[in-house]
Amino acid sequence: MTLVHFQLLSAALFALGVYGVLARRSAVLVLISIELMLNAVNVNLVAWAAYNHFDKVTGLVIAVFVITVAAAEVALAFAIVLRLYRARGSVNVDEIDIMRG
Amino acid sequence: MGLTSTDIYLISPELALAGLALAVVLLDLALKNKTVVLGVAVVGLLVPIAFAVSLWVRVDGLVFARETGFNGSLVIDQFAIFFKLLLLGILVLVLLASNEYTGRFRRYQAEFTGLVFFSATGLMLLPAAGDLITVYVALELASLPIVALAAFLKMQARSTEAGLKYLVLSGVSSAVLLYGFALLYAATGTMRIVSPSAAEPSIAQMLTVTHAGLPFGNVAVLAGVVLVLAGFGFKLSMVPFQMWTPDVYEGAPTPVSAFLAVASKSAAFAVVLRVFYSALGDVSADWSLVFAALAAVTMSVGNLVAIAQSNVKRLLGYSTIAHAGYMLVGVAAIAARAGDAGDGSLGIVSVLFYLGGYAAMNLAAFFAVIAITNRTGNETVRGLAGLGQRSPLLAGMLAFALVSLTGIPPTVGFMGKLFVFNAAINTGYTWLAVIGVINSVVSAYYYLNIVRVMYLQPADGDARPVSANAPATVALAFTSIAVLLFGLWPTGLLDAARAAATALLQTL
Repeated sequence: MTLVHFQLLSAALFALGVYGVLARRSAVLVLISIELMLNAVNVNLVAWAAYNHFDKVTGLVIAVFVITVAAAEVALAFAIVLRLYRARGSVNVDEIDIMRG
Repeated sequence: MGLTSTDIYLISPELALAGLALAVVLLDLALKNKTVVLGVAVVGLLVPIAFAVSLWVRVDGLVFARETGFNGSLVIDQFAIFFKLLLLGILVLVLLASNEYTGRFRRYQAEFTGLVFFSATGLMLLPAAGDLITVYVALELASLPIVALAAFLKMQARSTEAGLKYLVLSGVSSAVLLYGFALLYAATGTMRIVSPSAAEPSIAQMLTVTHAGLPFGNVAVLAGVVLVLAGFGFKLSMVPFQMWTPDVYEGAPTPVSAFLAVASKSAAFAVVLRVFYSALGDVSADWSLVFAALAAVTMSVGNLVAIAQSNVKRLLGYSTIAHAGYMLVGVAAIAARAGDAGDGSLGIVSVLFYLGGYAAMNLAAFFAVIAITNRTGNETVRGLAGLGQRSPLLAGMLAFALVSLTGIPPTVGFMGKLFVFNAAINTGYTWLAVIGVINSVVSAYYYLNIVRVMYLQPADGDARPVSANAPATVALAFTSIAVLLFGLWPTGLLDAARAAATALLQTL
């Protein structure tokens, strides 16, 4: 396993995440896709930290921050998704279009 | 290494503000009288303001006008403190102006104030970020409370929709931004924007050319900068990342829209200036033209789409996109001049001055809209008809703010545009200044249309007088006076902007 493998893995996961955000119709799956994007970045950061001879800590530190912030984000996200479900009986993002123009 | 008392002092304005947020929420449980809670919140803001002013004095006395804390994660210079004071001033005014509006939240009113304070804490940390980790954490600290605030009107589907849209797009933009940070880290081996000591170099010092002829001379840096630009573009509501702006502004409670439009945008410009100027200043020739092109597209799209809007909040949303475009002109002008022996700070000074003036005039417009729509319940432009007779004071102040947003003298909007376009012309971007002036003319159509509706069209049906409550009137009067004063005597704001710009240039 070399650094290039990790970078390819990271890029592939990130691309999957972007596809999920754009193509998925359920708000829950859109949010999971965002998590996938964040974790793709984490793979990249941790791999670079491991192969970096100059500064081995920074990449790991920011990865820990990303995980923590993502947890906070999910808590907030599902509160809003629940609210949406109660108001409409569905979490389909295609139907969220009161405002346009 | 360890934590020192200096570190605590350097972060004291943010600590005081976060403490105040908790105090307001707790005090609200204990007290029945909500006016006292608001009083504590407003008066309590004097504490972070005092700390910020004392830091300004402290930094002013240093030979190298900058101090780093937390092992270089936090940079305190006059650039950072300029934004801290600007944000705290915005916070006081937003609190005063939104008191009547937030009354509808009843027992959640203090939570609303607390969330605004937490978001402002993150926004205040952003311009003081010394490395990319701080940028990310501060950005999320600023964004997550705004998601909750945008969705605060629980019973309105529009508000929940605004919250979800902001959350999803802010999540995606954070991920893109982080990918960019990872690539910059990959290429340079560091995340420092500012180097605290010789043993800990910054990104600027670690940039190396691996592919001559390519922009930035390095594939990873090129990809990283593109992703970072996209990530920040969302916060700046820069075209093509602006699509969330009108929806969130329309759906969110109006005070939140005002806070987003002014506070969030100022801090986003601050961090863009810090990252691009400090970390990537040496290669500015490669990104300057990109900013110039984005500026031209952003202001044109913002102004042209604003013409078609019938909802006032939505119209102001598009107007803030247009103004982000004008400010990007200044960002581009910085770049063209970097490395020049001449006045390299011209562009930064113009952006900082514009941000100060933009805060005053946009807050004035939003405050008037908050006061009017809160009483009439009608958010359309048509709903403002006859306001010249129904409420001469509010209509006059709104008209004055709109005249300033158009850029007509003797207002700060005119001075701001003058400085920005002057910076553009001085750095060889004459074509950009021409596009900017054409855009100002286009913007006059929809701004002055509101004035026309207010004064020349009779009210439909309900013609009762509309008035704002006392705190809102004070906030509105203060912003209107600031618009006029900075327009007639720009020197004070200009001097502060110069000091801040000099401090930022020094970090190069």
